[in-house]
Amino acid sequence: MLAWTIYLSFGGALLIALFARKQPQLARMLALVTAVAGFLLAVWAFATQTGLTAIADCDWIPAMGIRYTLAADGISRVLVLLTGLASVSGVLFSWNIERRAGEFFAFYLALIGGVYGVFLSADLFLFFVFYEIAIVPKYFLIAIWGSTRREYGAMKLALYSFLGSAMVLVGLLAAYAVSGGHTLNLSALQQYPFPISFQMWAFPLVFLGFAILAGMWPLHTWAPTGHVAAPTAASMLLAGVVMKLGAYGCLRVAMTLFPHGMDPWGWSFLGVGSWRTLFALLAVIGIVYGAVVALIQNDFKFVIGYSSVSHMGLVLLGLMTLSQIGLDGAVLQMFSHGILAGLLFATVGRIVYERTHTRDLQSLSRMHLSRTLPFAAWLFVLVGMASMGLPGFSGFIAELQVLIGAWTAFPVFTILAGVGIVVGVAYTWRAMQTAFFSDAPATGQTVHSPEPFAPITWAEKTGVLLLLAASLVVGLAPRILLDQITPAVLALPHALLSGGRI
Amino acid sequence: MNPVSYGDIFRILTPETILEVVSLLVLLVDLAWLQRSSQSLRMRTASLLGAIGSLLSLLWLFLNHATISAMGGALVSNATVAALQAGILGLTALVLLLGIRERFSRNPGEYVALVLLATTGMLLVAAARDLLLIFVSLELLSLSLYVLTAFAKARAASAESALKYYLFGGISAAFMLFGFSYLYGLTGTTYLPAIAARLSHMPLSPIELVAFVLVAVGLGFKVAAAPFHLWAPDTYAGAPAPVAALIASGSKVASFAVLIAVTAALVPAFGWTLALLCMAAASILLGNLSALVQTSVRRILACSAIAHAGYMLLGIAAHTDASNQAVLVYALTYALTTVGAFAVVALVERSTGSDRLDAFAGLSARSPMVAAALLVFLLSLAGIPPLVGFWVKFQLFAAVLQAPATSVWGLGMVVLAIAGSAVSLYYYLQVLKRAYVTASEDASPIDVTGLESFLLVLLAAAVLLLGLFPGLISGFFTML
Repeated sequence: MLAWTIYLSFGGALLIALFARKQPQLARMLALVTAVAGFLLAVWAFATQTGLTAIADCDWIPAMGIRYTLAADGISRVLVLLTGLASVSGVLFSWNIERRAGEFFAFYLALIGGVYGVFLSADLFLFFVFYEIAIVPKYFLIAIWGSTRREYGAMKLALYSFLGSAMVLVGLLAAYAVSGGHTLNLSALQQYPFPISFQMWAFPLVFLGFAILAGMWPLHTWAPTGHVAAPTAASMLLAGVVMKLGAYGCLRVAMTLFPHGMDPWGWSFLGVGSWRTLFALLAVIGIVYGAVVALIQNDFKFVIGYSSVSHMGLVLLGLMTLSQIGLDGAVLQMFSHGILAGLLFATVGRIVYERTHTRDLQSLSRMHLSRTLPFAAWLFVLVGMASMGLPGFSGFIAELQVLIGAWTAFPVFTILAGVGIVVGVAYTWRAMQTAFFSDAPATGQTVHSPEPFAPITWAEKTGVLLLLAASLVVGLAPRILLDQITPAVLALPHALLSGGRI
Repeated sequence: MNPVSYGDIFRILTPETILEVVSLLVLLVDLAWLQRSSQSLRMRTASLLGAIGSLLSLLWLFLNHATISAMGGALVSNATVAALQAGILGLTALVLLLGIRERFSRNPGEYVALVLLATTGMLLVAAARDLLLIFVSLELLSLSLYVLTAFAKARAASAESALKYYLFGGISAAFMLFGFSYLYGLTGTTYLPAIAARLSHMPLSPIELVAFVLVAVGLGFKVAAAPFHLWAPDTYAGAPAPVAALIASGSKVASFAVLIAVTAALVPAFGWTLALLCMAAASILLGNLSALVQTSVRRILACSAIAHAGYMLLGIAAHTDASNQAVLVYALTYALTTVGAFAVVALVERSTGSDRLDAFAGLSARSPMVAAALLVFLLSLAGIPPLVGFWVKFQLFAAVLQAPATSVWGLGMVVLAIAGSAVSLYYYLQVLKRAYVTASEDASPIDVTGLESFLLVLLAAAVLLLGLFPGLISGFFTML
């Protein structure tokens, strides 16, 4: 059943591309129906299934032992649910797109289909196919419908993604050749004892390849420019879901297939004695660096863009803890950040920007948005609190788990990550204060248009409600997700849960 | 010495004979009945006849095939050869049908006859296992292509590119023949399997190395591998569109087939592998890097052809059954994709008069179907799944890594190739960016006939379906 999330998305994209190119309203409706259907399937699977469930399995390329295998465990189901949420709200927040709307939703749904496919693949070849399918629609979504330096941002993103996937492809081909070329099934390869010397180079290669898409410092630079250039729905998907593809690949492929790549080298340089420590260090640098850079941005969307880098650093740090609680936290943070980044980009890119036509914090400060656009102001307060990691929202429990997991493995890094989270409070506060609650006089260049802003549409309200409710539910009752995540994490190879070899 | 069996020779050569007869027929029809007809009617008749002839020959191949050899093994026919020949014939038919509205020539009969002669050369090359026969059929192919390149007599660029192509081609053919003569002198035979047997017992001598390098020059020229690639961008840019498509498709397939056959004879000596690897590395680097700065789409396709030749050379150097098979599949599907890409270029040229990147602006608004087809072709060339270009790359590189002989260089070269294909996405996206992102002031739909639409959709569907169900390709190879 869950496989239909993929088929429906691609089918919807094809239908729109063929029949609804010139009818924006039809395209929108079709896209919404498709996204909602996918979402409902995701909810159904999430609510009724537990453990590892096989979805589809048939011969694909028998000559090379490649099968069309789809399966879902708890982690997949959580991320599929996130994709469903993000895709529905993304369609809602793109409701106002008029120019080439048919093509927009066709590319959009093709991207969604690829993302569903990655989360559900149980064969490495299939996984990679879906992973690359997701690259091309992103380019066109940004280059055609984007804003600030869209062609630059789009090309940079496409090339970074393709570079990452090229690294993954090398590792994949090598793993296929080393293991004898019989299969690319993930659980079968997981059983294969790859030589340690092989894992030592394959792990960093594949991990870095995926980590590019997860926004790991210093390979994150595509993320802020890409997010800023992208149209709102694409930013929501990019930050919300596509970056999770990277983190998911790190966990599902790099760490699961090559766990001994994280063993110590036997020597250390400046205290870094293994790939694991190195990547944890890069993750922590990302957390702090993203937060500090977000603190000094003047473009509202860049603030959100860098905050994504910071939050994804927490996911990567959680992965590197190699403990059950840290991995739990990392997956939970993927979900939480997916929801919150989506909300933030929707607030800034759609609700505020489409009405004020500026994202410059100084210009916004003169508009007194708390009075002229109270919906946006209060929404940002709520989302900002969630993003800071206040208890009651999804971010809190996720960050807490990551930090607890990291404490035993990397005490110093944990403290630095804590500093990054505090800076996170500061940049959110600053952006909120400047953009919405500033008492700067409305003099100088009068930016405020005389007529009041357009009212908030039903589509925006529905999208906001959907995402905010999801964040609150997870924040108040994280068990709902953890009941799915924890068994799946416990089923990972033992080496990923035992704290690693020291 | 066995008596020569003319029956076997004729059985193997029936497809070629059909082509020859049809090419004479085309000349006759054009000369006898159509001299007073309009130019477009003459072109239509000739192209249609030529395409029908290729398809007849293809049909014969499907119905009658056997694993036989003639002339003491110099000519062979087996499933792989038949599949290659069928692919070449199909490509020729496609090229002729897609070029049916071209008006570059005042002598359509001669044009089609020469295309069929070139195709005959390709078929012979694929079946030849003897140095002399290889040389003769390669020359038949090359000489026809030189003339065809110059066929647009009204355009100076066509004559210029033909001259370049001819000079480079003539010199490299001379080198190759010289190399063949050394091989003959070393081994005393021109039959490839016999050469392999003699070479494997011989220590590596300087003269052998010289022979390898000379042969590499000739064959490297045919597949447009660096450093013998200099003719490719000019010829692709100057030749009439269908001829450029033919050079990029059928001629490539045939040249890779002969390269595999020659490699089978020479591979016991490591010097040959080394020569192939040097050409592969240079082609991947030069092809991809020089494509980055091109502003003409035909030149981009030429540079990408050089890069693709580099990838395929890796498979040839690995030289296992799996990698040879992967190279042939790669060459066939690459040719199919390139024919499609050239068809789109020809359409755009007819409507805008240029093949520069800017001429493609707003293509998606002007003709969504043509733009979508271009998207499929170029992304397949870039190796994006689920299109066939990804699958064949995967198969090729996997085969290279699994080959026992490649443990020294396999991983490094594969990394280079994959890095190269990551770079290639940039220039393919440059074209697609014009087609999809850039708006154009001219929004009139470009002129596409029903036949052209049908063929483009067919090609794009083939590229997609072969990628989704790669079993179809190996099915094609075993069917015959």
